[in-house]
Amino acid sequence: MSKIDIKLSGVGGQGILSIATVLGQAATQAGLQLKQAEVHGMSQRGGDVQSDLRLSTEEIFSDQIPLGKADLIVSMEPMEALRYLPYLQPKGWIVTSSKPFVNIPNYPDQTALMAELCGREHVASLDIEALAAEMKLPKSANMILLGMAARYIDILSADELRQAIRAVFAKKGEAVVEANLKAFDAGYDALKK
Amino acid sequence: MGDEAVALGAVHAGLSGVYAYPGTPSTEITEFIQNSPAARERGIRSRWCTNEKTAMEAALGMSYAGKRALVCMKHVGMNVCADAFVNAGITGVNGGLVVLAADDPSMHSSQNEQDSRFYGKFAMVPILEPSTQQEAYDMMAEAFDLSESLKLPVLLRIVTRLAHSRAAVEVGTPRGQNPLQADKERTHWVLLPGNARRQYASLIEKQPRLLQAAEASSHNSLQLSGQKGLGVIACGIACNYVREAAPQGISLLKVSQYPLPVSLVRQLADNSSEILVVEDGQPFAEEQVKALLSAGYPVSGRLTGRLPRTGELNPDNVAAAFGQPAASAFAPAKNLAGRPPQLCQGCGHRDVYTALNQVLAEYPDARVFGDIGCYTLGALPPFQAIDSCVDMGASITMAKGAADAGQFPAVAIIGDSTFTHSGMTGLLDAVNDHANITVVISDNLTTGMTGGQDSAGTHKYEAICLALGVEREHLHVVVPLPKNMPEITRIIRDEINYPGVSVIIPQRECIQTFNRKLRAKKAEQK
Repeated sequence: MSKIDIKLSGVGGQGILSIATVLGQAATQAGLQLKQAEVHGMSQRGGDVQSDLRLSTEEIFSDQIPLGKADLIVSMEPMEALRYLPYLQPKGWIVTSSKPFVNIPNYPDQTALMAELCGREHVASLDIEALAAEMKLPKSANMILLGMAARYIDILSADELRQAIRAVFAKKGEAVVEANLKAFDAGYDALKK
Repeated sequence: MGDEAVALGAVHAGLSGVYAYPGTPSTEITEFIQNSPAARERGIRSRWCTNEKTAMEAALGMSYAGKRALVCMKHVGMNVCADAFVNAGITGVNGGLVVLAADDPSMHSSQNEQDSRFYGKFAMVPILEPSTQQEAYDMMAEAFDLSESLKLPVLLRIVTRLAHSRAAVEVGTPRGQNPLQADKERTHWVLLPGNARRQYASLIEKQPRLLQAAEASSHNSLQLSGQKGLGVIACGIACNYVREAAPQGISLLKVSQYPLPVSLVRQLADNSSEILVVEDGQPFAEEQVKALLSAGYPVSGRLTGRLPRTGELNPDNVAAAFGQPAASAFAPAKNLAGRPPQLCQGCGHRDVYTALNQVLAEYPDARVFGDIGCYTLGALPPFQAIDSCVDMGASITMAKGAADAGQFPAVAIIGDSTFTHSGMTGLLDAVNDHANITVVISDNLTTGMTGGQDSAGTHKYEAICLALGVEREHLHVVVPLPKNMPEITRIIRDEINYPGVSVIIPQRECIQTFNRKLRAKKAEQK
């Protein structure tokens, strides 16, 4: 049996659910079992957003990941990555953007926050927004993050994810597809294992 | 997504119309049908309704005419349509009628976690509760068949975690729609007391058939372990959490169709030494199981504290009920803060609250009665501008009642869609009583909180208010933008001081729908 449980997190509007859509598309094409739980409604903009994505070669029961069972936390925001620590399994990885999104008055001290995050083992963090801006792909920061996460997702190959990006963004035109593929590769190459 | 499975299941089951008011987590069902090419091809009626009661009644009318109709709502919508729903059990149906209620345990975006299964039992109709997206799809066709064979509405209950969770679903063969065939039997439908008594007796006579259907249902299944240990009753989605925990040596009764399959429960009890009831929502089955078994038989669940009394089930609290400790390797992080949702930057509601707060600072005794929508977020910092939020439409009527008691100023703030849903009738009460209230209808031309669905009264609010008797000189439409602040604050101040009903309509399109249209336009030009 092969499986991966991924916690996706971020702030409403950052593109977390698009990452889930691409992973879901790739998993379906690969014939994997899939469950993906998300909560939307009052978190239209600015609130925390989270989604549980479970992929497996065997039947999956719960839509939600149990505590201590997530293999990977993929987050568009560093504090939102830390929020789900109790769900991470002992050898699990955190792949996150290092750029805080400060839209609340009581956002924690950023130095302390980054020290807590980077003081951990198994963390890959990168200022994906800066990289996206540098590459002139401001709308594809989330695909850079997916490219980074791809290094830790063994159940799907990078090529399967690239094909899924094509399929998911096809209706938005070739330019959007290419931008997202470029972003994905930048994230993938940023973490040479 | 579970919502999409329900929608496609209904389309494939020969649906002719869906009737709904948006409400999380049910909204995507109707949206899926509205956007489905198959539904368009089949001419399925799918426009949003003004509220859940008009939806339920229109669906009953479609059923009367012989066709299959679906009504969708969030759990609290059941309160709004309860009159029609309960009486549809008395009239019975002609074409299949399925009522879908999406419950929200843990109140992810609701004001309570009421369990819709009580409504099904109250109305004495069959209830289906899928555990997976596949079962949700499959159950749709079965629900319509069951509805037509029993001549009763069928309640399909889902919860947030099924509604908003994705999984692969295998689809079946679509069925055609029913022909138009209006019912000829007047005595079923004219609920004068003489007819109603007969219909109620006939509903009670049908009950053994409902029980038989539940006991024979392939969705209710009993697996005995062969040892007389723990017996588990798992309802709907709860079954997944039990399977995830995979406790050894238990007997398991999965329940996905009600009335509660009594003989299966007895069989489980006879082959177990105790029973644990695992159900999402309120202890609906647990109470019935306790009543069914002898007084000394040990039954546990949410009522006994073996499972939490409130909040949704999850793999962790269900595992704990089996004595499996949570397996967190890491403690919660130290540098954390809550991140509640906020009104969008550029949202017109923000300017409305800025103006309101500015004027009300002059009136320390003022009370603002809020309502249900994005603008409920005005309760949170930085605005902290509303004193109540109870149910759809309660802003106007509560302001009126408080004003009747002498409260001054009494201000109501309500969104456009909520106003047509349940605010108009209250405004008529206020006008008739010449209540001293100031009503703000914050009109963003859409149903914002659920993602921008059409709002029933768009471009009609002035006309509606005038027709209800609001005086022309005390009805104002303004544009909530910072540059208009002096005008808006002056109007609010003047109308608070007017001793009667006044209505102010700040009108500016929701920033989200505005940007979406802009993007669509740009894409078109490319």
